[in-house]
Amino acid sequence: MGASVFRVGNGAGFSGDRVDAPVAVVDTLVAKGGPAALFFETLGERTVALAQLEKRRDPARGYEPMLERLLEPVLAKCAAHGIAIIGNFGAANPPGAAKVIAALARRLGLPDLRIATIEGDDLAGRIDLSAHAVYEADANLGQSGALVSANAYLDAKPLMRALAQGAQVVVAGRTGDPSLALAPIAHHFGWTADDWQKLAVGAFAGHLLECGAQVTGGYFYDPGYKDVPDPANIGFPIAEVTADGGLVVTKADNTGGLVDLRTVKEQALYEIHDPSCYITPDVTLDLTGVKLREVGKDRVEVTGLRGLPAPERLKVTACFEGGHLGEGEVSVAGPNCLARARMAAEVLRERIAIRKLPVRIRVDLIGTGAVHDSDDGALWRGYAGPEPMEVRVRIAAAGERSDDVDQAAREALALLCCGPAGNGGARWRTTPRIRTQSYLVPRSAVAERVTVATAKEIA
Amino acid sequence: MSAEPMVEVLLHEVAHARAGDKGNRLNISLFPYDEALYPLLVEQVTAERVHGLFRHRGATGVKRYELPTIAGLNFVVDEVLEGGVNGSLNLDGHGKTHSFRLLGLLVRVPARCVRAG
Repeated sequence: MGASVFRVGNGAGFSGDRVDAPVAVVDTLVAKGGPAALFFETLGERTVALAQLEKRRDPARGYEPMLERLLEPVLAKCAAHGIAIIGNFGAANPPGAAKVIAALARRLGLPDLRIATIEGDDLAGRIDLSAHAVYEADANLGQSGALVSANAYLDAKPLMRALAQGAQVVVAGRTGDPSLALAPIAHHFGWTADDWQKLAVGAFAGHLLECGAQVTGGYFYDPGYKDVPDPANIGFPIAEVTADGGLVVTKADNTGGLVDLRTVKEQALYEIHDPSCYITPDVTLDLTGVKLREVGKDRVEVTGLRGLPAPERLKVTACFEGGHLGEGEVSVAGPNCLARARMAAEVLRERIAIRKLPVRIRVDLIGTGAVHDSDDGALWRGYAGPEPMEVRVRIAAAGERSDDVDQAAREALALLCCGPAGNGGARWRTTPRIRTQSYLVPRSAVAERVTVATAKEIA
Repeated sequence: MSAEPMVEVLLHEVAHARAGDKGNRLNISLFPYDEALYPLLVEQVTAERVHGLFRHRGATGVKRYELPTIAGLNFVVDEVLEGGVNGSLNLDGHGKTHSFRLLGLLVRVPARCVRAG
């Protein structure tokens, strides 16, 4: 593809991803020598709410907790080779994250590193959500509690403005995930904001890469059916894009994993509903004509994308306090363990009724396909499979009050002395829950702010 | 063609799948390893059969999208997550494991399409 190729690599696909993954990606981008960028997607739908709660406890925090671990091994190399870093690792506190990166840069001898902060996605307290259309909402969560966070999915434009001002690291909070990859591509090639066809290519590159290893053999291996080389060292993905909208997906050199038709197909439709209408803040994609072709080892070419105008409104996801979850578990194993587990499950249900706890419960028999089961246990009641070697009995309880769900979870603990023969390994815990609801708001209701400063200027 | 021997196998023998969630809605994509089997999957893995896999969880409907250019089917299952990741009491609130529930369906395929061993 020659000199006109721009490469964008992914360094993380979620908060909690392998922190050593970006190294091989950056080494590959440097070895290839052409213009390139690196992006991090670490902000799931609820992650921003958890970050907001963290910021309430400590105003200096509320950004991606692994930020320094992710950036320290690659920051100097990226700066030296002109590889811009873009991430939503600012989470609920992009200025706080910028301070951490600035301190890291100064420590690495990079006081002139240019760091951009993107703000304006955080709309909590700034907008009356009830005036806007509801887009998606959770069920089964009862009355809504206090608002924890409300963030708009910003488009690529503020990220591009930051890059145009020479930013070497761009710290964002909530943006469209694909926008993180689209921004450096569109900035590099000078694509205009209404060139839907080109934007579709950049956004789809972002879609394929935003979950990191999910396109390179992660979330994929099924031994004997879909084998993946060296899954402990899966290389994270790199997209090669050309000025005319060519797109090839590949991965970091000298790593495990693979890129082939199967991995790209699975990620192409990941979290997609109507493939003729995949909406991002920058462009709407029609995937119904997409074509894939293997053009080399670990190289898949993508063609046939169709770009349609961006949506008029932006998606805003609001998170509310959503009550509490209690979970308690015990194990049984050996002869007749399934019958002992079934009885324990029925006893747990009876105990919640006897105690009249105001909670919604579910009882699982882990080992009988529990994750596929329903809240009323339709599958385990009818389970006719082989006698398992071991079953773990689990109760989960949801309620408004922490104490109620804690009492429900502790009924599993009480099985130690009151439960089936030979049960052990009790664990129980209570966690607060978050309820989410999404809205569509006019773009005019969202005002992005882009601030660029050097590491030595950011105190 | 008509005389070709057919065998009944788990979908898992001939296809791969991936699940993802948004709210209380799940999507599962399905792809045959051999793209020549795509028409057969279109015929046998109907939205109605897939709905049957999730009725016990209260799924209210399944919509199937066909993507012949990549030999893929995309199933969108409504109200299947018993509240979604934020409301579910299930260990897998995202429903990510359901790709393999789909792969537990039985399909009839030409015997030559089933891998040995």
